[in-house]
Amino acid sequence: MQTLNFEFPADRPPPRRAHVGVVGSGDLEILMTPEPPGTARVRVRTSVDGFDTVWRTVLERFFARHRVAAAFELNDFGATPGVVTLRLRQAVEESRR
Amino acid sequence: MTSPPPAADGPTDWTAILARTGFIELDARARATALLDDGTARELCGPFDRIESPWLEPQGVVPQSDDGVIVVKGRLDGRPAVVIAIEQAFQGGGIGEVSGVKIAAALSLAARDSRDGTPTVAVLLLETGGVRLQEANLGLATVAEVCSALLELRALQPVIGVIAGTLGCFGGMSIAAGLCSTLIITAEGRLGLDGPQVIESEAGVAEFDASDHTLIWSIDGGAQRTRTGLADVLVLDDVTAMRSAVIEAMERGVPGEHRSRRIGELRARLEAVDPTDPPAPADLAAVWAHAVPREGDRP
Amino acid sequence: MSRGQSWTRALADGDVTHVVPSVITADAALGADTARLIAVVPDPRSPYRRARKGEVGLREGLALAETVTGAVTEDAHRAEDRRRPIVAVVDLPSQAYGRVEELLGIHHALAAAVDAYASARAAGHPVITLIVGTALSGGLLAHGYQANQILALDDPGVVIHAMHKEAAARVTRRTSDELDELAARIPPLSYEVADWAKLGLCDELLDVEDADDPTETDVRTAKDALTAAVERARRGPRDLSNRLTSPGARVTRAASRRIREALAAQWH
Repeated sequence: MQTLNFEFPADRPPPRRAHVGVVGSGDLEILMTPEPPGTARVRVRTSVDGFDTVWRTVLERFFARHRVAAAFELNDFGATPGVVTLRLRQAVEESRR
Repeated sequence: MTSPPPAADGPTDWTAILARTGFIELDARARATALLDDGTARELCGPFDRIESPWLEPQGVVPQSDDGVIVVKGRLDGRPAVVIAIEQAFQGGGIGEVSGVKIAAALSLAARDSRDGTPTVAVLLLETGGVRLQEANLGLATVAEVCSALLELRALQPVIGVIAGTLGCFGGMSIAAGLCSTLIITAEGRLGLDGPQVIESEAGVAEFDASDHTLIWSIDGGAQRTRTGLADVLVLDDVTAMRSAVIEAMERGVPGEHRSRRIGELRARLEAVDPTDPPAPADLAAVWAHAVPREGDRP
Repeated sequence: MSRGQSWTRALADGDVTHVVPSVITADAALGADTARLIAVVPDPRSPYRRARKGEVGLREGLALAETVTGAVTEDAHRAEDRRRPIVAVVDLPSQAYGRVEELLGIHHALAAAVDAYASARAAGHPVITLIVGTALSGGLLAHGYQANQILALDDPGVVIHAMHKEAAARVTRRTSDELDELAARIPPLSYEVADWAKLGLCDELLDVEDADDPTETDVRTAKDALTAAVERARRGPRDLSNRLTSPGARVTRAASRRIREALAAQWH
């Protein structure tokens, strides 16, 4: 297991907090809590070690597009980059409901 | 392990099957919410309370923010209820310290309310492999606490167990299932103390071949457990059917005598079977139909 | 002779009787009380092949339920604080792992035993567990873990756990050495009785001279401890809440206490 921390520029706080997903095989859960504009802070706890660069790339790509100012807690159990991006988008969508 | 069960007895109701909304495909949180009256569900100690297991991260295991048990209060056909759902996708539904105490505490609080004039029923959604081995002794201890709290509430208000599948209910929590006022199961649900893999690895493949799906379903499957009276209601995998079955169980109230108190029946059933030459699973229900407690026996 | 047999015989005042070949019972004087002792013991000729070594199987679950319920029924006329203590003497390898057990619903037989012990406790019987040997998994849930008070011998032959070590290693995909290394840091994983005693479940660890064949001193030690446990049980709660308020639990089960408090606070 590995814990990774990232920060990305972000200027759009989501309307409210959101929770999606489950810490199950090939999946992850995300807790998203709004923060003041400026930064998206991401903490990843992942069961699979050694994928720091992949995480950075996946998250960079997401936050370049979405710029969501929030604290993100990702509890990961081996999700693929595709699933990670999908869950992030679901969290943002859930927050707008 | 999650292969579909063989077809249940009797004609297939295709209209009902085609019109249904699957219950099994829902995660634990969605299942709990789907059972309660619309707009009444309120989750307690949810993800943002972040009460995780303290034992997993030091072992290099990623925790989940709700520790895999979802407690939702609300109303069931207008009456106060709490639904406690185990998330099978997290650690195989394994019961650890936090998740176990969450279940036990919710049952105790429902019992307290029931004593204080607000009768509160509990619904347990049981998809679990039993004790979470990463928390071993504390998991085992909390399962005992769950059983105790369940019995405390059961004396006052019905505790309704639901095994919808696909994981099923095994290990120590199968004992809790055995204590429920009413046990509802689907044909996709399974119930047993020791799962097929565990028996095979403890006792060898000749004792139990864990790859023999027909054998597994013929013993642990929901249809068999209902036929033999170890579960009460067999329901279709459908949200509406499941909710109706739960409401009906609630309306039946506290049974005159719970299954786990019918010791005379248990004795008659064990005496009716020669363990060195047991009946085929398909014949068990017929054998037990004639196994009634002797005259003058305790019930 | 198994430890369950030798301790039951040593503690008994009077005959030891077999409810079934694998479940024995006896009376024992504890202070002013006459307690009912119950133990599961090996039955090498049991027709249930998977329950010959002292495992809690179908027959044992039923016999435990009948024996405990029998004592409760006999004492129903007594004042609640005069109902007899029930002592589970625990030395069992596990529940019975077998096909016929699953076919006939061993979970249900164990539920009947759990129900009986918990009902006895709720009716005012002091239910005391004395762990003298191994106490594993579902076997312990059915015979021992519904007690008001739990005592154990401080002896290397006492092993209390959710699963024996080889199986736990297999299921968690760890080696036996890795399990030992983790257990040194994480008390609930440990197979040592001293670590188990830190979890808040243990009301007393007993020092004895011979755990296999108790001496007269050992019997006195155990009877004194059981008598004290009976008194504590009569003064204490009839549910299992004392397991969260014990000194050990205050340290080790901080998370249990936290979730209980948070749930109560959010309940209404």
